[in-house]
Amino acid sequence: MSVFIIRRLLQSGVVVIIMSFIVFSGVFLIGDPVEILVSDDADQEEREEMIKSMGLDKPFLVQYGIFVSKALKGNLGESFVFNEPALLLILDRMPATMELAVVSLMIAIIFGIPLGVWAGLKPDSWASKSIMTGSILGFSLPTFWVGIMMILLFAVMLGWLPSTGRGDVQVILGMPLSIFSWDGFSHVLMPAVNLALFKLSMVIRLARAGTREVLHQDYIKFAKAKGLQESRIILVHVMKNILIPVVTVLGLEFGGLVAFSVVTETVFAWPGMGKLLIDSIGLLDRPIIVAYLMIIVFLFVFINLVVDILYSILDPRVRLQDVKS
Amino acid sequence: MTQKPTLDVRDLRTYFFTKGGVAKAVDGITFSIAPGKVLGLVGESGSGKTVTGFSILGLVDQPGRVVGGEILYRGEDLNKVSAERMRELRGVNISMIFQDPMMTLNPVLRIDTQMIEAIRAHEKVSKEIARQRARDALGQVGIASPDERLRAYPHQFSGGMRQRVAIAIALLNKPDLIVADEPTTALDVTIQGQILYEVQKLCSQTGTALIWITHDLSVVAGLADQICVMYAGKIVESGEVNAVLDNPMHPYTHGLITSVPSKNKRGAPLSQIPGMAPSLLSLPKGCAFAPRCKWSNSNCQEQPDIRLAPQNRRLLCHNPIEYNNDNIRQETS
Repeated sequence: MSVFIIRRLLQSGVVVIIMSFIVFSGVFLIGDPVEILVSDDADQEEREEMIKSMGLDKPFLVQYGIFVSKALKGNLGESFVFNEPALLLILDRMPATMELAVVSLMIAIIFGIPLGVWAGLKPDSWASKSIMTGSILGFSLPTFWVGIMMILLFAVMLGWLPSTGRGDVQVILGMPLSIFSWDGFSHVLMPAVNLALFKLSMVIRLARAGTREVLHQDYIKFAKAKGLQESRIILVHVMKNILIPVVTVLGLEFGGLVAFSVVTETVFAWPGMGKLLIDSIGLLDRPIIVAYLMIIVFLFVFINLVVDILYSILDPRVRLQDVKS
Repeated sequence: MTQKPTLDVRDLRTYFFTKGGVAKAVDGITFSIAPGKVLGLVGESGSGKTVTGFSILGLVDQPGRVVGGEILYRGEDLNKVSAERMRELRGVNISMIFQDPMMTLNPVLRIDTQMIEAIRAHEKVSKEIARQRARDALGQVGIASPDERLRAYPHQFSGGMRQRVAIAIALLNKPDLIVADEPTTALDVTIQGQILYEVQKLCSQTGTALIWITHDLSVVAGLADQICVMYAGKIVESGEVNAVLDNPMHPYTHGLITSVPSKNKRGAPLSQIPGMAPSLLSLPKGCAFAPRCKWSNSNCQEQPDIRLAPQNRRLLCHNPIEYNNDNIRQETS
């Protein structure tokens, strides 16, 4: 197990190094921030001063080298716009995004698995056919459009839920969180549902497919032949088997949830790091873009590791061990 | 038969309602089995043996359904009991061993979980007592260091060991009737021998009736008291195992026996039954075996009736092989 983890960490290091280069060169290509940051009436001297102060006069590889050596010390550069360390700016907004992503994930799991299992158990009933049709909508409707429609319905027409912001925030374990107060919860509900829709549809489909497959296995018939209660067969024998693909996919998708909360955060003006990213792209604030992407890379690498470990807990046939090469 | 039968199946019909038509997987079979006895249910793949087993336990999956007949377990018709009553009977009074030991145990649950739940689904006992019984059951089927093995997962066992575990689970609640669906087909001959020995011992000790479904005549010859030969959903010949195997009267039984390799026939080409088992969706009119039968004639265009022969034998044939002409009485049941 520990050998496995060390090996994985080394692999992850390689991934991070490669990604840092891709990210840095990608951002380098998208445009010159000076055009946006320098005021129109600045003269050539002021422009060059600015370019020099941001280190943009050096060759690309040198800039990358400086970036890496600073990054190793935990410094991902300073925002051109805010003049603050990019990493701190992002970490400051991370709890909001994480909260949104975790609540969405919970919604996807809590509703997705029972609905999917139900649809798998009774594939011909009208209820499961509606569930499956609903999941197609969840897949195909664009998130931003659903978000706007939700605001229109629940915030504007019905007035039940607030449309923007985080509401009351309480600091729990050093993190500001909305979910523990009613006002905060009402703020987080709509964006979280919006963000969850896609994953919810996916969980429903995975759980349904898994249930359909597992139900026809001999071991389910054998469990019935043992005279087990229907509830135990479904909750233990079926559920534990379908959780394997669900956990794998959801784990990997959690990174996506964080990364793609950009759209939802923009629609609902949720003060998370996705919104910061969009604003920074608009201003070509390179250090923030780079720092954001690097954090996402770290997140994905970390989640992959966690999923592998979870996987081994769920499926005893998978034991984490050093692969002999 | 003096003893009251454990199971008495009368005219059982299990049909599958598929898009291509109705497949009569089991079409009017009748047999019974007494306590402590072993019934061998023999036939080719697709002859309806397994569906018979599932029908007894009420485990026929959609689109299949038991459409007629009676399954009398100690006088109680299993076709008519409630789903809850059936669940109570399963695993306690009637249990089943499946064909493929690699597939019968849930791969993500430990052996102890799967054994203890089988006990606690029927009896309110503590986990410790249930575990104790599970351990004893594993010991009974010859699994060494059962305590350790209880904590293992199915994939840590070989095929033979898994089948032993499945048998141990089937025996846990001391059933009166075990339906064993080709339980040794997937195993080595040596393991098969050990398992046959264990099962035989247990049945004679506890008075458990056993239905042994197989296509292996040699197993039936060594194990069973009674034999039923199935073909295309019907029992074509049944009776005392030695009588049937020594003097097969149905051409199909005869064909099965002569296609078993034997040292007496070394060098001679094996005889075989020509053709293949018919599709249940397009059975020939009349006797289903007629197209493959070398004795068939124009009578075979009609469905034969059940005939009774000496020694309690029954067969379904217009032209039985007559070893002794006096043996056959023409009777309709």
